[in-house]
Amino acid sequence: MPQLRRGCVSLIALESVDVQLGGVSVLQGVSLNIRRGEIVTVVGPNGSGKSTLLRVMIGAVKPTSGRVVRAEGLRIGYVPQKLHIDPTLPITVTRFLSLPRPVSAVRARDALHRAGVPDLGGRQMAQLSGGQFQRVLLARALLDAPDLLLLDEATQGLDQPGSAAFYRQIEDVRRDLGCSVVMVSHELHVVMSASDRVICLNGHICCEGHPEVVASAPEYRALFGTGTKGALALYRHEHGHLHDHTHDHGHESGAEHSHHISDDDGAGQ
Amino acid sequence: MILDSFLVRAALAGVGVGLAAAPLGCFVVWRRMAYFGDATAHAAILGIALSIAFSLPVFLGALIVALAMAVTVSLLSDRGFAMDTLLGVLAHSALAFGLVAASFLSGVRLDLMAYLFGDILAVSRGDLAVIWGGAVLVLGLLTWRWSALLMATLNADLAQASGIDPRREQLVLTLALACVVAVSIKVVGVLLIAAMLVVPAAAARPLARTPEAMALIAAVIGAASALGGLLASYRFDTPTGPTMVCVAALCFALTALAGGRR
Repeated sequence: MPQLRRGCVSLIALESVDVQLGGVSVLQGVSLNIRRGEIVTVVGPNGSGKSTLLRVMIGAVKPTSGRVVRAEGLRIGYVPQKLHIDPTLPITVTRFLSLPRPVSAVRARDALHRAGVPDLGGRQMAQLSGGQFQRVLLARALLDAPDLLLLDEATQGLDQPGSAAFYRQIEDVRRDLGCSVVMVSHELHVVMSASDRVICLNGHICCEGHPEVVASAPEYRALFGTGTKGALALYRHEHGHLHDHTHDHGHESGAEHSHHISDDDGAGQ
Repeated sequence: MILDSFLVRAALAGVGVGLAAAPLGCFVVWRRMAYFGDATAHAAILGIALSIAFSLPVFLGALIVALAMAVTVSLLSDRGFAMDTLLGVLAHSALAFGLVAASFLSGVRLDLMAYLFGDILAVSRGDLAVIWGGAVLVLGLLTWRWSALLMATLNADLAQASGIDPRREQLVLTLALACVVAVSIKVVGVLLIAAMLVVPAAAARPLARTPEAMALIAAVIGAASALGGLLASYRFDTPTGPTMVCVAALCFALTALAGGRR
């Protein structure tokens, strides 16, 4: 049963990871497991530690306690939240792709093609539009044929058709390359449909599960609201009852929901 | 002739500083660290005062204090201080403390003007060896770490994901900066070192399409400004260090105009 076995292989696992940045506790006791080929979306309010979680995965932030276990030889492609290239730095797209290690023209063209921008190779990075820039970053992340693609609010600053097209591109990439994808996003309605699993983060993991499970649960409405199709869903839910919290969350929905929404496949093992 | 030889020594010193400072200056410009260069250079005057007080070689004292300042700024910036304000405070207070420290030394022992604005015509063979040693070291360091430095400059997290430690690359630049500051004191003085870093790099920008081209063009402009400034100062009897910076500034004006018209 190679298929099943392949599906069970864990690429990266976080075990009870705590992170403190500048004396502030950003992540508390986060444990999660990314399996081969799955698309996982991380949602949560501003300052909930979403970006820090990804930076822990790439190794840019060391956990204060707990540990990160990576599969041997794991190749990570990372698309950062935003990348400002100073206009004083002249650099073409092709040269940008060849950093820090030179890549062949064929590989660069192939990566640009996969990212949906085959003709941009000779352009200056500083002259690209927001959408083109994000696709070039995606192409860069795809160069090494990654096992795991990490996207940190990769569509920030894109309009709705632009971000929808970007996520369709991600699905194509996942289908073609078979890589796992972990993405952080505010655009819940767009990414929910494409995700195998949704993780709700607010310093700790509040809940997680298949999007269908989440979506059919009454808790989902408490989480993301109902009448917000096409608009940014509000993050309002009660989750103080299992944890020692002092922060003040909105309670308007009045819906209490249980944490760790059941996931039939045993996600999070 | 003696005249020829001091001019030749001055020319060689100027070219050495121009070649080393300008490519490093590209990183200073790309990373928006212009004030960082100022703070490091201004700290050197304190190093000069201390090394004269303790009868150490001026170059060594300047290098150590410049390095200490550069490392301090790097560490503080990691802690998330507001860089703009922090560097403004450090750059000017380093200069002020240096000048106060210098005032404790007797005037005979310290020609302050020479250290503030450089004294390129008094460059000795020993100075020349130090300048070119430093220049070769800095250029070697930049060439060796080029791709990693560039990657860390583009984005720290992206560099990390590619297996490059951005803090290490920051340290390489910090070392190179302290080294350039220490060897440039004799040529342009602490007040104008930052100009030899930033102005040729800025002048090269409109002419370049790749980072490598910008560094090379900046080096050429830096060396040419040093030579042109030396000749102009000899002809018009003007202070040499400031004249070099004037020539570099004219290059900047020319390329900016040409680039804007294109």
